[in-house]
Parts: sequence; structure tokens; C-alpha cells
Amino acid sequence: MSDIFSLEHADEKLKVLDAFIKEQNAEEEALISILHKAQELFGYLPSELQLYVSRKLNIPAAKVYGVVSFYSYFSQEKRGKYTINVCMGTACFVKGVEKVMHEFSDQLGVKPGGSTSDGLFTLKDVRCIGACGLAPVVMINDKVFGHVTTHDVARLISDYRAQEGSDS
Amino acid sequence: MTTQRTHIMVCGGTGCVSADSLEIVEKFKGALSDAGYSDEVGVIKTGCFGFCGQGPIVKIHPDNVFYVKVSPDDVAEIVGEHIIKGRTVQRLLYQEPETQKKLPKHDEMSFYKKQYRIALRNCGLINPEDINEYIAFNGYEALGKALTEYTPDKVIEIMKASGLRGRGGGGFSTGLKWELTRKTVSDQKYVICNADEGDPGAFMDRSILEGDPHSVLEAMALAGYAIGAQEGIIYIRAEYPLAIKRLEVAIAQAREYGLLGKQIFETNFSFDIKIKLGAGAFVCGEETALIHSVEGNRGEPTKKPPYPAVEGYNRKPTVVNNVETLANVAPIILKGAEWFSSIGTEKSKGTKVFALAGKVNNVGLVEVPMGTTLREIIYDIGGGIIGGKKFKAVQTGGPSGGVITTLDLDTPIDYESLRAIGSMMGSGGMIVMDEDDCMVNIAKFYLEFTQDESCGKCTPCRLGTKRMFEILDKITKGEGTMDDITKLRTLGKTVKESALCGLGQTAPNPILSTLEYFYDEYLAHIQDKRCPAGACKALAKYKIIEEKCIGCTACARVCPVSCISGAPKQKHVIDEEKCIACGACYTACKFQAVLRP
Ligand SMILES: Cc1cc2nc3c(=O)[nH]c(=O)nc-3n(C[C@H](O)[C@H](O)[C@H](O)COP(=O)(O)O)c2cc1C
Ligand code: SF4
Ligand code: SF4
Ligand code: FES
Repeated sequence: MSDIFSLEHADEKLKVLDAFIKEQNAEEEALISILHKAQELFGYLPSELQLYVSRKLNIPAAKVYGVVSFYSYFSQEKRGKYTINVCMGTACFVKGVEKVMHEFSDQLGVKPGGSTSDGLFTLKDVRCIGACGLAPVVMINDKVFGHVTTHDVARLISDYRAQEGSDS
Repeated sequence: MTTQRTHIMVCGGTGCVSADSLEIVEKFKGALSDAGYSDEVGVIKTGCFGFCGQGPIVKIHPDNVFYVKVSPDDVAEIVGEHIIKGRTVQRLLYQEPETQKKLPKHDEMSFYKKQYRIALRNCGLINPEDINEYIAFNGYEALGKALTEYTPDKVIEIMKASGLRGRGGGGFSTGLKWELTRKTVSDQKYVICNADEGDPGAFMDRSILEGDPHSVLEAMALAGYAIGAQEGIIYIRAEYPLAIKRLEVAIAQAREYGLLGKQIFETNFSFDIKIKLGAGAFVCGEETALIHSVEGNRGEPTKKPPYPAVEGYNRKPTVVNNVETLANVAPIILKGAEWFSSIGTEKSKGTKVFALAGKVNNVGLVEVPMGTTLREIIYDIGGGIIGGKKFKAVQTGGPSGGVITTLDLDTPIDYESLRAIGSMMGSGGMIVMDEDDCMVNIAKFYLEFTQDESCGKCTPCRLGTKRMFEILDKITKGEGTMDDITKLRTLGKTVKESALCGLGQTAPNPILSTLEYFYDEYLAHIQDKRCPAGACKALAKYKIIEEKCIGCTACARVCPVSCISGAPKQKHVIDEEKCIACGACYTACKFQAVLRP
């Protein structure tokens, strides 16, 4: 089997996923919920994981792929440990979020959608997370930062880098 | 809880949470317990107060004192001064920008004065994670009354008479929709709550779900009773984790209290609700696409008819209602159709919640009676434009809507009037733009959005939005021709007329409306290669930085079009209208005083 299943804790994660699928009675209708769960566990949805889900639900892999590729929330590529979601919604746009995005892009050396080579950061644009009152908004994993300016970018990146240093 | 003399209410909405309001809650609890006041004074995490731009917000009840921009460091002072000594902390009061007066009470602030809260009635007032608080404010009374005193037909009659129309954008009569679904004969029916809130820049539904989830659950049960459904589904965007969590808590509590589940209020009516997550596709807000997504498929729209009222989820009759629509239902049942229909305009009854954002001083959620003018919303409630800049336009209806200019600021807004001026009500996003916003760029922004979100099922929308985006992109780069304007107009018309679903049918609106009201800006980009607002980067001009210029005249001497003025040893200035962006001055200046765009 390819690499995602040989990762550390892959067995445990698969067990959790199996249990979840069972809870949903392996219904085709639950496909999107199951994919949410799988992405939550593994971080992304590579083709071997899609195949795994299709076998479990007894549906064609093409259907799973069709759904995964339709929804922007699902990622088929491995993501960094921290996903930097820069809001490109209208409220943030008129408050100049484009510059913030450029700054992140410059400082991390990746284009939106890309990940840094150390596997730490993925830069993404999102459409409105509903915190428009705080525009421009950036969400790093689950944490929301409001009124972000280009000057905050370096600090945000180094804060997360430092956190990483102390974790390991 | 009843024995406590004071409650400290801290906003627990997404906005304030991101500004550390949860830490504020914890600090209050700690400080109160240190001071020995834990029994007397309670700390409550509420939903959004609506005044997001001033967050985190802390309100002391029953003193009715409203503190703004509170940080965790302010907690000790609030406890020491306000709670213990009974003295208001002046420093943390909101200051009215115009009068410079500090106002302790929220109902004195112009932001709140013109508001009338029905859908947001409990937001900021109750703890959304405690069903008892919802019940204390007449929660589930409407459901009890309907189940024990009204027939389903009577409920529908009240809804129809109230004049409530869908708040999700379409504006279809809610009572009529329920009636159509009731009349379709079937063994199974469903109620779906549309919480996809796709309009980027809108957050009404999120705030209602976070601040008052039970109001939506109760209304879904009422809809279920009216149409004869036993199952409800809430389809919510995955981007709203806090709202999802609050809904889960609310559903569990409602089940525990027997307000969801079997034989509610000891009647024969049973109803339960489950949550389904979206996965980031704007088109899934369209009701047929939403239903396909709930069924676990790609969220592609299908042709109507058949409408969901006839053939929806699992091919059974289904009512799809927006969150805000539902939040109006319980008060209508309790207070009656006459009360509701006395508010608003002739054809649009009740109130509408708007998410006021962009270049306006008071950013936040506002709920106003239909018929309020944009001027009242932007200037009286919104406090005018940031930094005293000039108002240019406001976009309502998100990517499906259009711009509204000063010409129409005094139009009383309702479904019909907004349509008449080339925009639409939409779901309630209201983006205010000032003189620094380029209208061609804004149209391009929306088209980038729609071409990206087009599901691709039908050609006019898939290709049309892409072509229109490319043309706009060209124009903002100064490469547009007059022919492009003709192309935009014909393409826009074709896409509007031939697209399958609402996304495509409305996608050209931002272009058509900016072309109508800001034609001169298009001309400036095309003929003068100039962006009047200075927003389009490719057309940005060279500038001289005053502080650095020593007046050596080097730039003025090399400029081929002689558009730099200034005496020797004086600051030089570039006439941006004439500048052809050749860059000669930039190279000539030895003091890095020329700024390259
Ligand atoms: C492209 C598109 C996106 C939509 N997005 C939403 C949405 O995010 N939320 C919503 O409630 N309705 C949305 N609608 C409208 C729904 O199709 C539907 O009319 C509405 O949910 C009905 O509820 P209501 O009658 O209570 O407004 C959208 C429609 C279209 C065409
Ligand atoms: S109009 Fe656009 S979004 Fe709607 S069905 Fe056609 S391609 Fe899909
Ligand atoms: S860029 Fe060229 S045209 Fe513009 S001011 Fe400088 S020298 Fe003159
Ligand atoms: S537009 Fe950025 S959070 Fe809504």
C-alpha cells in the first residue's frame, strides 16, 4: 500500500474512520460527512484514501473523486501543519486583504494554494468565514485573526515558527 | 442563577472570540471568585451583540452598561470598580463619534436606536448554550401553542397573513411555500434549513445560529408541523465551526427536554433534526444543488420545476428555508400576523438583517424595518464613512446584486425597490465602498468569484463568466478597448437569459450595474489608461515622496511629457493625469524620491 497507510498511527486513524462509517450505516448519502471525517483524521484526501472510502461504501471510485474534486473544502494534496487561510471575501477585499495575501506569499515564498517545503505552512484563500466585522481576516487553522495588516504578517509567521520550535 | 444580582454578559460570537473574549470570560470568573463574588455575580457567554467593529463587548445587566473594546487586561478594573464599588468604568464606554459623548447604555447609541430586532431578538441577550435561557424568553412557547391550539392549516394561514417572505434572497412567501408543500401528497416530507450563507461578506445567519440556535430549531419544528414532516435537516457551511457546535449543543438539549423527538408536548407530533455539513461550494446555497449535496452528491443545480415543494430531498416534498426566515417564525406565531404585517412596507413585511461591512465606521449586524433608507443605515446606524472619505457606492445582494449610488440613498429599501434600481435584496450583505474603491475592479472581483464558483454544468455560465472576467481583467490592466464594453454588455445579457440557475442568471449584475452607474470609470481605464480611484495596480502612477525630494530637478528635466513641476530646491510633483509611466524620472532620481507603482 502506498504511504498514507504506512504513516504513524494510520491504523488507529483507520479504525476511527471505520467506526464512523459504520455509525453512518455505510450509506452513500453520508459520503460528504465521511470525507470530512477522513480529512479531519488524515489531513487530506489522497487517491488511496478515496479508494478506501469507495470500497467501504461500495460505490465507484469515480463518484468519490467527483465529489472530492467538486468541493473546495476537500484537499487532495498534503497540507502544511498550519493552514493560513486568507479571507478573500468582499468585506475583506475592500479593506485591502490582497496586500496581506501578497505579503504572506512573498514571505513564505509560496503562491496561494502552495505549501512551504518544511511542511509547516499552507497558504490558501477562503471565501468569507463570517467575521467580516474584523476585516481583513486571516484564519490560521482554527484561530481567527482580525484587522490584519501587512505589518502583522512577519510576526504571525514567526509566532507559529516559534511555537513549532518549542513543540519539538 | 435567579439569586444572582448581576450578570456580566460577554460576547461569544466568532468576531469577539477571535479577539480573546473567551479569555475575558475566564478572567472574570477568576476575578469574581477571588473577590468572593461568584455567588452574587454570574458570567454569561452570549451570542453576537451585532456591534462587531467595537468588540469584544461586555454588557453588565441589569445596570445596562455597555463596555466596548474590552481586553482581558481590563477585567480587573471592571470587577474592582463596577462590580464592587458600583462605579462605571468611563474609559471603556462607547464614544459617539459625532457628539464625542460617552454613552453607557446601548439603546442610546445611534447604532442601536433605529434598529428593530425580531430575528436577532435574543442575540447578545441569552446564553445560546443553555436552553433554559431561551425558554425564559418565551422560547418554545410558539411551538407549544401551535401544537395544542392550532391546526397545521391555521399555522399556514397565520404565516401567509403575516406577509413574511424568504430572507435567503428569493423573497418568496413563506406561508405559500409551506402551503404548497403541505398540499403535495406524500408519505414523507422534509424541512431543510439553508445555512450555507454563501455571499462573501455576509454573516447574518452565522450570528443567528451562534447567538440563538433554538429559534431556528423551534421554527423548523413549526414548519414540520405545518407541512406534515417529521424530519429536519440543517445544511451548514463547514467554515462555521462555532455555529455547528452551538447547534449540536442546542439539538441535544432540545431532545433532552422533549422539544425534539417523539410526541412533542404530549401530542402525536414527532420531529427530529440532523446537521449536514457543506464543503465549500457557493452554488450549494441554491436549493436544488443543496438537496443534491445533502444526498451526498456533487452540488449541481437542476432545472425547476419540479420545485422542492413537490420533489425535493429523497424526491419527497421539501421545504427549504433560510436561517433568518426561520428566526422570524416563532414571534409571528406568538404575536400574530397582524403585528408582523404592521411593520415594513406594503409588499415587504417585517424587518431585514443586514451585515454592514466595508468602509463604514460602525461595522456589524443591523436589523431594521423594511422601508428604512440606505442613508439611515449607512449614516445614522453605520456612522458614515471611515476617515470622512467620500461615499461612492454600496453593494447589496453580493455577487448577484449591483451597486447603489448616492442617487438612490433615500430609496426605502424592500424587495421591489432594490430590484428597480438594478440591485437586489439578496441575503443581506451590504458592502460600503468609498472613493478609493475602483468600480471596474469591484466588478472584476465578483466575476472572479462567480467564474470560480460556477459549477460548470451549463455552458453560458461556465464560459460566459470566464470570458467576462478575462475582459474585466484586461480593462483593469489598461489593455481594454471600447469593443470590450460592447462585448460585456452582450455577453452579460446572454448569460442572464440562458443560464440554468440563479448563479449564472445573476452573475452579470455587478458588471451591468457598474457599467450603468460608473461608465466614466470604465472609459478612464480604457481611453486614458487611468484608474481614477488609484486601485488598479497595473495603472498606478509614479509618485514623488515629499520627504525625500530635495528639489534637484533631475526628474523634471528627463520627463518626456513635461508633467513634473516644481522650482529648484522645492518639492516636485507629478501630474498623474499626464504621466505616461515611462519610468525615466525613477531612474534619474539619485535620492530614491520617486515611487514606482
Ligand atoms: C447561487 C445561489 C446561491 C444561494 N445561496 C443561498 C444561501 O447561501 N443561503 C440561502 O438561504 N439561500 C440561498 N439561495 C436561495 C435558495 O435557493 C433558496 O431560495 C432559499 O434558501 C429559500 O429560503 P427562503 O425562502 O427562506 O429564503 C441561493 C440561491 C442561488 C441561486
Ligand atoms: S448557471 Fe452556472 S452554477 Fe448554475 S447550473 Fe449553470 S453552470 Fe452551474
Ligand atoms: S514616469 Fe515618465 S512621464 Fe511619468 S513623471 Fe516620470 S518621467 Fe514623467
Ligand atoms: S469577507 Fe472576510 S470574513 Fe467575511
